[in-house]
Amino acid sequence: MEFGNSGVLSEGADSRTTTGAYIANRVTDKLTKVSETIWCCRSGSAADTQAVADIVQYQLGLYEMVNARPPTTQTAAAIFQEIAYSNKDRLTAGLIIAGWDARHGGQVYNIPLGGSLHKQSYAIGGSGSTYIYGFCDANWKEGMEEAEAVAFVKEALKEAIKWDGSSGGVIRMVVLTEKGADRHLYLPDTDYKVRHQ
Amino acid sequence: MPGFDFSNYNRNAALHARGVPLPKATSTGTTIVGCIFDGGVVIAADTRATSGPIVADKNCEKLHFISPNIWCAGAGTAADTEFTTALISSQLELHSLSTGRKPRVVTCMTLLKQHLFRYQGHIGAYLVVAGVDPTGTHLFTVHAHGSTDKLPYVTMGSGSLAAMSVFETQWKPQLTKEEAMKLCSQAIEAGIWNDLGSGSNVDLAVITAEKTTLHRGFVKPNERTQKLKSYVFRRGTTAVLNEKVIKKEEIGNYVSVEELAEEVPSGDKMEVDT
Repeated sequence: MEFGNSGVLSEGADSRTTTGAYIANRVTDKLTKVSETIWCCRSGSAADTQAVADIVQYQLGLYEMVNARPPTTQTAAAIFQEIAYSNKDRLTAGLIIAGWDARHGGQVYNIPLGGSLHKQSYAIGGSGSTYIYGFCDANWKEGMEEAEAVAFVKEALKEAIKWDGSSGGVIRMVVLTEKGADRHLYLPDTDYKVRHQ
Repeated sequence: MPGFDFSNYNRNAALHARGVPLPKATSTGTTIVGCIFDGGVVIAADTRATSGPIVADKNCEKLHFISPNIWCAGAGTAADTEFTTALISSQLELHSLSTGRKPRVVTCMTLLKQHLFRYQGHIGAYLVVAGVDPTGTHLFTVHAHGSTDKLPYVTMGSGSLAAMSVFETQWKPQLTKEEAMKLCSQAIEAGIWNDLGSGSNVDLAVITAEKTTLHRGFVKPNERTQKLKSYVFRRGTTAVLNEKVIKKEEIGNYVSVEELAEEVPSGDKMEVDT
């Protein structure tokens, strides 16, 4: 799940990867860097979303070298959508793109299964998201501070982990600001209270 | 372009629809594991290959060479693990020659995942990739569909659940080389004893910055021993109810006998040395 406003932006995810009933990886990092301050949240097929993220990471790296300036979040989201939509029959990929850039500040884009692109003030996705529509709608506020945003994302993920059997493990987050990307890690051992790393 | 030829796909599909069974692939219904320790990485595998319910090979090699500092453990379809690792090993060697740098584990992992993703899971290779390169020690899993994971300890194959239970109870950070070797071999043994698809011996490879050591048959807990009893039947065990002797001269009464002409050589003898 991700949240953004013009100042700070934070996205988070649980860490569970499953093959049938077996948890193939209980500490997965579903937050993937595609450029220094543009990150994506992957849900759906691990193989598909990793392949798409790798392609976008390459495209944005090339973009930065050709144009001698970092790409905007909108550019990244548009590249993601191009791939997601033109291969919609072959992909199972739900993506949330969050980024901070000097022109627009923090932004969040959502690309659900069909390959459409939605600019949102916050976005949720994946199997656990169905359980937190109510929570997010009730607790999201315009113009939250960094600490507030982190708390909002964390509480939402805690609810998703509590109710969804396919979500679980650790909570990973990344806070995107002018200063760059700041990573958070919360473990279930400490009831997700203590920040590690 | 290297790759598969799908031109017989339609023929095979039609044949299958008419009830012709598909040929059985040799699967390495397997236990493979990997574990990072202080200064390197250990990978290990069992040595059973199966074809359906039959043990096709009691002592096969599932640890594949990629480069001197990168090795791969393979589960899934035996032929696919063998050929994909060989293909990527070749590509990595050429890449290393062209760049003048030592091959990296991430490069190997990326080549593998992109190759496997292109074939959408039809190449049934499930791999544990491990190695030490100038950037450090690395351990990955690569699934047949092209997804990868990076973890300090990994298991794959049908015995992965048994092996993971060993890691999840015994593993601790900062293992020594000896501890990691013992842990990996115990994890494989868990697969050998508790998974029907795995069996026989433990193969193990230790990779450090200095050298790679392959321990073929690190543990052999299933050696064949002398049978406690002899099961050869005594002469005369089978009762003789009647007996009839046919002489050579009378054989014409039972089958048609034809005298053959002198054998004429049908071709020139192969010239070995002229």
